[in-house]
Amino acid sequence: MKDKLALTGNEAVAHAMRQINPDVLAAYPITPQTEIVMAFSRFVADGVVDTEMVPVESEHSAMSACVGASASGVRTMTATCSQGLALMWEIVYIASSLRLPIVMPVVNRALSAPINIHCDHSDSMGARDSGWIQIYCENGQEAYESTILAVRIAEEEKILLPVMVCLDGFITSHAVERIQLLEDKVVKDWVSERKTKYSLLDVENPLTYGPLHLQDYYFESKRQEAEAMRNAYSAIPKVVDKFEKLTGKRYDYLEEYKMDGAELAVLCLSSTYGTAKTAVDRLRAKGVKAGMVKLRFFRPFPAKEVVNALSKAKAVAILDRSDTFSNQGGPVFNEIRSAFYEKKDKPFIINHIYGLGGRDINVEDIEKVYTDLEEILKQKKVETLVNYLGVRE
Amino acid sequence: MKEKGWKDIPIAGLIVEAGNAKEYKTGDWRTFKPVRDVEKCTNCLTCWIYCPDSSILVSGDKMTGFDYDHCKGCSICAQICPVKCIEMVKE
Repeated sequence: MKDKLALTGNEAVAHAMRQINPDVLAAYPITPQTEIVMAFSRFVADGVVDTEMVPVESEHSAMSACVGASASGVRTMTATCSQGLALMWEIVYIASSLRLPIVMPVVNRALSAPINIHCDHSDSMGARDSGWIQIYCENGQEAYESTILAVRIAEEEKILLPVMVCLDGFITSHAVERIQLLEDKVVKDWVSERKTKYSLLDVENPLTYGPLHLQDYYFESKRQEAEAMRNAYSAIPKVVDKFEKLTGKRYDYLEEYKMDGAELAVLCLSSTYGTAKTAVDRLRAKGVKAGMVKLRFFRPFPAKEVVNALSKAKAVAILDRSDTFSNQGGPVFNEIRSAFYEKKDKPFIINHIYGLGGRDINVEDIEKVYTDLEEILKQKKVETLVNYLGVRE
Repeated sequence: MKEKGWKDIPIAGLIVEAGNAKEYKTGDWRTFKPVRDVEKCTNCLTCWIYCPDSSILVSGDKMTGFDYDHCKGCSICAQICPVKCIEMVKE
């Protein structure tokens, strides 16, 4: 573990891909993901990877090529974001339904319209019910390590589901950080060879991927897919344990910051956690009992862990970097509020939607969220359930 | 055939045994069934060549009948028969 490089988040992910050395990578460029595949294509051109790179004509084709390759039994990757993920949509569901362990970095970017290239989570949150595992990364280092971790999660026999590794567009993807790389051999041994029982190219044992299921068997297949995500919930911690032995890093479902004795808590995903920790430090210095939780896995949704962590507080705000337009708040808020239903002594739980289209979130903005929570504790009631943080009135 | 539960079917709805389409009886999709006039039939086997469901039964070089378990009643055999010995009859 000697190599420390100054890399953008995208380059860090490309290095993870280089070390994983997938058999097939099919991708189409889209800002701010382009740099991942651009950097990776250099590794292909330089002959440092053995990957068959398929430069396709659209993201729909990219995911289709990945499905075909993965069904043949080889390790397959792609990367996308925003409109690209939207265009892939049809095949995104097919990848998970066919239980193909494709790993796909998603560089979170807003969805049109209005057209925008900056960060929010509308793209991957839209795919939250597609049956993919979703990991949200705080910084380049996490994006790098999560990509490597994701291969083993995806290919775990009890799971066999594709994984999206989400990093914040521009904020993480284009910021240069000092990245600590694992040794090539360590990653090579970690990912090992993909083993599959069912290869489309196994002529000795011919089989059919994707046959028609009507009223008779479709439901059973979907029930099986639901079980795969339940299995993922119990199997991921074991993969995480093994990864910790290798790297010394814990990639638990969530991470807590100063939650001991916290009365006010905020939960967020991805890069905002770094900003929020500074807000917590400032508030703690002033005597405010503030704490913070970062949710790393959104799928499978770790309901028990989230409820346990947030139950320590008396008032909680969930930060969502996308809206559902349901009048019921953002996707993370909805999931967490639902998870608390059975809990007897619940904290107050509110929602702040923030940062759409790359709108900056500053330490002061997060301090404002804690002020809202203080007010709720004082009033002992919630005035506004769904708040919009940082939007001009 | 007893339908299996979700725990007993192959992963991802795969078909893991080649050729098991024959277990799926498509004959009940049929509205009209082909009936052959044996006297007129010359055993040219043009119907056997054209049948998309491999439902023309042949023994040696003679046409022996139809596989009604799988014939969907498409009537291609009746259309293609050079001596018009196959008639489509309502089920």
